[in-house]
Amino acid sequence: MLIRRSTDIIPSEITPRALFEDRRAFLRDAGLFAAGLAVTGLGARAVQAQGKPFAGARKSPLSVAEAATPFKDVTTYNNFYEFGTGKDDPAERAGTLKPRPWTISVEGECAKPKRWDIDELMKLAAVEERIYRLRCVEGWSMVIPWNGFPLSELVKRAEPNSKAKYVEFVTLSDEKQMPGVRLPVLDWPYVEGLRMDEAMHPLALLTFGLYGDLLPNQNGAPVRIVVPWKYGFKSAKSIVRIRFTETEPKTAWNKAIPSEYGFYSNVNPQVDHPRWSQAKERRIGEFGKRATLMFNGYGEQVASLYAGMDLKKYY
Amino acid sequence: MTFQPTPTQIARIKAAVFVACLMPLALLALRAWRDQLGANPIEYITRATGWWTLTFLMITLTVTPARRLLSMPWLLRLRRMLGLFAFFYASLHFTTYIWLDQFFDFSDIVKDVVKRPFITVGFTAFVLLIPLAATSTNAMVKRLGARRWQWLHRAVYVIGTLGVIHFLWLVKKDIREPLVYALVLAVLLGARLVFRWRERARTKAPTVRANSHPARAGIGPS
Ligand code: HEM
Repeated sequence: MLIRRSTDIIPSEITPRALFEDRRAFLRDAGLFAAGLAVTGLGARAVQAQGKPFAGARKSPLSVAEAATPFKDVTTYNNFYEFGTGKDDPAERAGTLKPRPWTISVEGECAKPKRWDIDELMKLAAVEERIYRLRCVEGWSMVIPWNGFPLSELVKRAEPNSKAKYVEFVTLSDEKQMPGVRLPVLDWPYVEGLRMDEAMHPLALLTFGLYGDLLPNQNGAPVRIVVPWKYGFKSAKSIVRIRFTETEPKTAWNKAIPSEYGFYSNVNPQVDHPRWSQAKERRIGEFGKRATLMFNGYGEQVASLYAGMDLKKYY
Repeated sequence: MTFQPTPTQIARIKAAVFVACLMPLALLALRAWRDQLGANPIEYITRATGWWTLTFLMITLTVTPARRLLSMPWLLRLRRMLGLFAFFYASLHFTTYIWLDQFFDFSDIVKDVVKRPFITVGFTAFVLLIPLAATSTNAMVKRLGARRWQWLHRAVYVIGTLGVIHFLWLVKKDIREPLVYALVLAVLLGARLVFRWRERARTKAPTVRANSHPARAGIGPS
């Protein structure tokens, strides 16, 4: 697939300043020890040496050159209903999640179904650093340096057959580890889905870490997807099953309130949520609001996936 | 024996309640000062002030049933202050929205009020609160006359209901908390219906009610 770069996506090689600032933000929040090292002049290299598995990950040219949201905000302001419906619930309550050992079952319409061990899966391809915008359906946004590799790498290995039109992602649903699933707020387990071409798109990221380290539990450890041109809830967390299907998966939010959350849920400033406008967003850490971009600013890369579709109908 | 305070005691109680009613604001200011409002401070402030507005409305609506059930008529003396604090927090809530959330973008604000049902409902509730706050002084009660004043202030039942609907409509899926408020409101309004039925049954009997004069009954919507 041809990927053209939009004007605001600049190869990271020519944006040392942005990266430098990211690192500074990261250092600020990486705890006393790391901060102490930085202050004593050992600098970023020393921090990387502290067992952060993705600290040296290759910087992807698909990254945006925008200031990353501080680590603290990324890891304390989350929607992860399996741990409660408050934004601070996941950070407070996700300690009970056990991300190791963990297996992900890849199944359905494919030639090579397989149960992957998480550590084996993580070695399937080179993990990159991808700095993406994240736009929540609630009207706020962040910029997050994720660590992962294209979802297509895993999909290809499974050799989906001709019936495989969609990919379904199923999140763990375990009362013992996830206090939130005791309440029927959503129809557990949490299910998300993508069309096959969306799943194969180079921007769709199978994600294992953020800010160079393994994913914190509240951000969807040990493995999640990140689909940056869609509202945040499309990016399923703590995935235990990936299934190729012929029919459109019945996704959690779509089942809960079909008039408000469509299967596609592409970021679209022109299609309002029935209860609020989607034209603007508040970037976490900023005071005023900024305009929301079509496909969250990834239009040049993904608009062709939806050519000829009425995005007001397929919201 | 139920507690019947002397005038000095009432003055002290009022002062204490006044200070207590300012605590939510003080706490919010303290958190803001310590940078403890989380990743999205504007959302935090909006929610905190909205929550306290609705909570103060419910506390205000509790005065009448409480004073009857506990036989503490003096509780009525706190009602005006509580109602005005509900208006105070509503004003903070509204200001947060106009200023911090929308940054005085009036075309967007108008669109919001018209298009987003939960904002429409909240806005209506706030607008309805204004005349109640404006007519809260003794002078206004006299000018309007007890009956008309009482009739006007029954709007608080509508305001409470709109506040609960506002809350119900703004949450995404977890409606437990708004439902608790709906339940509390139902009990508070239901209590008034029960009182009214009882009173009606009593007035059918030929005895004259001791409480029938507004000045003694404590005027205002019950
Ligand atoms: C008497 C009037 C009002 C009451 C009782 C009220 C009450 C509330 C309550 C209880 C909340 C939720 C707090 C929480 O999540 O814990 C809230 C949130 C909110 N209210 Fe109000 N409100 C009123 C008027 C208004 C007005 C006039 C506006 C704007 C024009 C408004 C805009 C909002 C917004 C934007 C939110 C936050 C929604 C969110 O964060 O998702 N409210 N309000």
